[in-house]
Amino acid sequence: MTIPDVTFENVSKTFAGRQVLDGVSFSIAAGEALCIMGRSGTGKSVTLKLMIGLLKPESGSICIHGENIAVLDEDGLSQIRHRMGFLFQSGALFSLVSLSDNLALPLRRFSKKSTEEIDHAVQQQLDDVGLGNDRYKMPSELSGGMRKRAGLARALILQPSILLADEPTSGLDSVTAAEIDDLLLKLKEKSKTTMVIVTHDIHGARRVGDQLAVLDGGRIIAMGKAQDLQHSENALVSALASEQGCHEK
Amino acid sequence: MSLLNTLLDFIGNLGLFTLRAARRAFLPPLEWFMIWQQIGEIGWRSLPLVLSSGFAVGLVLTLHTRSTLIRFGAESMIPAVQSLSFFNEIGPLVAALLVAGRVGAGIGAQLAGMRVNEEIDAVEVLSIDSFKLLVIPRIIACILALPILTVFMDVAGMAGGFLAERSASHISLHLYLNRAFALVSWATFIPPTLKTTVFGFIIALVSSWFGYNATDGSLGVGRAATNSVVVSSLLIILTDIILVKAIFFLFPDTAV
Repeated sequence: MTIPDVTFENVSKTFAGRQVLDGVSFSIAAGEALCIMGRSGTGKSVTLKLMIGLLKPESGSICIHGENIAVLDEDGLSQIRHRMGFLFQSGALFSLVSLSDNLALPLRRFSKKSTEEIDHAVQQQLDDVGLGNDRYKMPSELSGGMRKRAGLARALILQPSILLADEPTSGLDSVTAAEIDDLLLKLKEKSKTTMVIVTHDIHGARRVGDQLAVLDGGRIIAMGKAQDLQHSENALVSALASEQGCHEK
Repeated sequence: MSLLNTLLDFIGNLGLFTLRAARRAFLPPLEWFMIWQQIGEIGWRSLPLVLSSGFAVGLVLTLHTRSTLIRFGAESMIPAVQSLSFFNEIGPLVAALLVAGRVGAGIGAQLAGMRVNEEIDAVEVLSIDSFKLLVIPRIIACILALPILTVFMDVAGMAGGFLAERSASHISLHLYLNRAFALVSWATFIPPTLKTTVFGFIIALVSSWFGYNATDGSLGVGRAATNSVVVSSLLIILTDIILVKAIFFLFPDTAV
């Protein structure tokens, strides 16, 4: 039996006495894309941060490639994180250095590539996200969409086997959002990267995701294909999974 | 009671932060690029402020001491009072307080902004030690930059003092310097200048702590900047008392 890339088992997390996640369990097979949806403030971003060890759960286990990261120390986490990429909602580019240095930073640390090879890899990655001509710009000079694409390029620079993306298309116009979805789709098909995407964009979720999970009240209340979930008897699940969204429902 | 709890909590957390900094500072790799960048930011960019302030303080100090010493017929002592005041206390302390204001607020706000914008989290998920990348270079840069800025402060203060004295008594530069350095020894210059390494450590450590642990969005950024300046300035003044006593103990001649 193959081990899933990501497994959550009975994970709970509390903030200031408020139970954000309450016994969440799910697993994601290698090469699969899971989109997590739900109302704002239901713990979707927290789920991603738990997955990469930025937060620790109060209880339960979180296994990445079969290893429980909830009990790992900083060195152990560092090893796991080498195989993961994280796209933050704001891009979260390192504001003190240029775009190319943002991408080169992890390569200089963790690869044995020469300066020329690093330069080439950075250029290649920036070309892939359509920012090849902007490599010397500082993050403050980039638009919201460019920052998201740059954040994605940085998340992929170490060629991770798992990509976590926190609202990759939020706040973007429909054309730029579709471009980001195209990039994710290409990555999934070409590199077979496992993806966990937190999103409010059902159109993108249907295009990129193999499965959709709906988070509400700290629990996964539904998980499956979007086409199946849109016929759910639960009004929230069917509204989130439907192309028409909540308003038309 | 809650104020006491908050104070003890702050001291405990700052102590742990200090231990973490001391432990990580010696672990490879050293972030040379960031250290160099911070020396430029902290040292080079503070230089205009330090030079102009030193010059103004030196000028005003001479104006005041002149009006006092002239009553006792001791106006020939004005250059010596100027040099001893600047080298022993005014240069180190004012330079440190100026840097606490400019750099402390900058470090606090910058790191808090990075925390709020998830940049620190982004560094961590790249398997890079954010503490070593962001905090240690600032501490090293402050420790290295402050003694150098203090020397510039001393020189600017002496220049301001000479200008004030020259306009009042037409004293020559040669005579002014002779009188200024007549009572100055290495012991009155080196230890007070080197004590600013401790001030630099305090500024960087306290400001980094407030910035690195910031919460509450933009409100937290403002709070981190303000707290960095207030607490580091207060700690500099309090630490100065201990350091002055330590210098007097180690170099008894300077206490005479």
